[in-house]
Amino acid sequence: MPTTALGQPNAVSILFFFLFIAITLGITYWAARRTKTTEHFYAAGRSITGFQNGLALAGDYMSAASFLGIAGLVALSGFDGLLYSIGFLVGWPVVMFLIAEPLRNLGKYTFADVVAYRLRQVPVRSAAAISTLTVVALYLIAQMVGAGNLIKLLFGLPYEAAVVLVGVVMILYVLFGGMVATTWVQIVKAVLLLGGALLLALLVLARFGLNPIALFHEAALKYGDQVLAPGKLVANPIDTVSLGLALMLGTAGLPHILMRFYTVPDAKAARTSVTWATLFIGFFYLLTFVIGFGAMVLVGPDPIKAIDKGGNMAAPLLAEALGGTPFLGFIAAVAFATILAVVAGLTLSGAAALSHDLWVNVIRGGHAPEAEQLRVARMATLVLGALAILLGIAFKGQNVAFTVGLAFAIAASGNLPAIVYSVFWRGFTTAGAVAAILVGTLSAVVLIYLSPTIQVDILKHAAPIFPLKNPGIVSIPLGFLAGWLVSLATREREAEEKYLEVERRLHLGGGD
Amino acid sequence: MQEKELETLVAERWRMALTLTGVMLAIYLGFVLLVAYAKELMGRQIVPGLSLGILLGALVIVSAWVLNWIYTRWANTYYDERVRRLLGR
Repeated sequence: MPTTALGQPNAVSILFFFLFIAITLGITYWAARRTKTTEHFYAAGRSITGFQNGLALAGDYMSAASFLGIAGLVALSGFDGLLYSIGFLVGWPVVMFLIAEPLRNLGKYTFADVVAYRLRQVPVRSAAAISTLTVVALYLIAQMVGAGNLIKLLFGLPYEAAVVLVGVVMILYVLFGGMVATTWVQIVKAVLLLGGALLLALLVLARFGLNPIALFHEAALKYGDQVLAPGKLVANPIDTVSLGLALMLGTAGLPHILMRFYTVPDAKAARTSVTWATLFIGFFYLLTFVIGFGAMVLVGPDPIKAIDKGGNMAAPLLAEALGGTPFLGFIAAVAFATILAVVAGLTLSGAAALSHDLWVNVIRGGHAPEAEQLRVARMATLVLGALAILLGIAFKGQNVAFTVGLAFAIAASGNLPAIVYSVFWRGFTTAGAVAAILVGTLSAVVLIYLSPTIQVDILKHAAPIFPLKNPGIVSIPLGFLAGWLVSLATREREAEEKYLEVERRLHLGGGD
Repeated sequence: MQEKELETLVAERWRMALTLTGVMLAIYLGFVLLVAYAKELMGRQIVPGLSLGILLGALVIVSAWVLNWIYTRWANTYYDERVRRLLGR
């Protein structure tokens, strides 16, 4: 074991940790007094500027997996880890060109608003709620298990206590402060994460004459040229392409990301948000090149693996090597903030699916008094928060890394086809929408179950039934195909007639 | 308001959006295919320390920024102006 202050509570990390909690709860208190209507609760009163929303999107999107996971992957396997950095970014232009503005102009709180706009509400919203809640639950599992493990490693707190702590703080943000608090927590987190990563990268580069190429060269000298080339992680080419597709197209179908576009006043601000978000997130992922290789060279793969086999402690260990215990404490607190901001966004989008889609539009037929809507939204938040804590505890010790990939695959296979068709295709029907969402979601789930990830790694069977680890290359076309064929088979006159209205609203804006 | 003009504008907008989406998809899939099928080429170092894979990977991120910039510029100047005229404001 290398000597490290990791795993012991140290004064600096506890100080930063409480400072972050105090500031964000202060924000929540301020936000709670402005959260009087559902429009505030779900959409921050549509008063967030494009720049602020760009930061909040970055805070919503960059999870601990992005920061600690990618840094660890690069530190242990070099170039292969960068594939995630790049894959997680290239979905953003797709969000920009096809999704952000139509969503803002057509919807209110959830992506189902857009799909159900000219279709029958009950079937479409029910299907969308199923896929949303599946994505949210899978994503929450990854975040909560990650949170438990991380906080245990970083602060020495017991796993269960860490999961409950994250769950309770997150519930406080969302329950009382709704989208206003969630947005500002995400903004604070994005600034901390970008600042922390930049500082870490600069401290690394300072040792190499501020030249990243010199750093990569040193890595190749120490660990062989293969660390700069594609390696083991991309052994199966079709699997690599499949993963790439799911990462790219999944971003454009993640419910907690899509929901953020309702927080800005108009389509132009939605556009500005994506511009900023892509700049911030891309910049961050470029920094992961330096942080990952920096950890490889300055800490070394073996000490990193000695602390955590998956490499998740690469960035904190690098921080300790460069800036001692205080910097380790700061980076640990940043990692904690990162998780909190993501789970808050996830819970809010799940609560919107439960209350706005299922309760208001399915059970109450679209007519529920404002006070009731707000009450149900808050109850849904409590339910999802409790679920997050239970999932975190239930999956303790399990390898849940695949759940984020699965969430992206479902978002790309179920949600994206439905959104794209409803915006572009006059002939899209209710049955087609339900088919696209359910076939996309189910095929991604079933294929993951049959894949080596579950069959071989978890169930210990000799051979998988489906050969690929990533279902995207099959399930994404299946989702699109199902939506197309079923729509062709079921004409819906009313939906076609309403398409002109959709087009007009989509392009010219209007409504709220 | 004229339906015809709206239809032209819609067609123009989707041509722009789909072209840019296609370009992003092509750049990224091109990169992924090279990583999957041309490992040796991607591992080749242009100068010591900078492999082709790392360089192209960074360029993929930069290309996303550039495509966004092209779209935003087009939308902020040309498209928004057309919408404003259609609405008669």
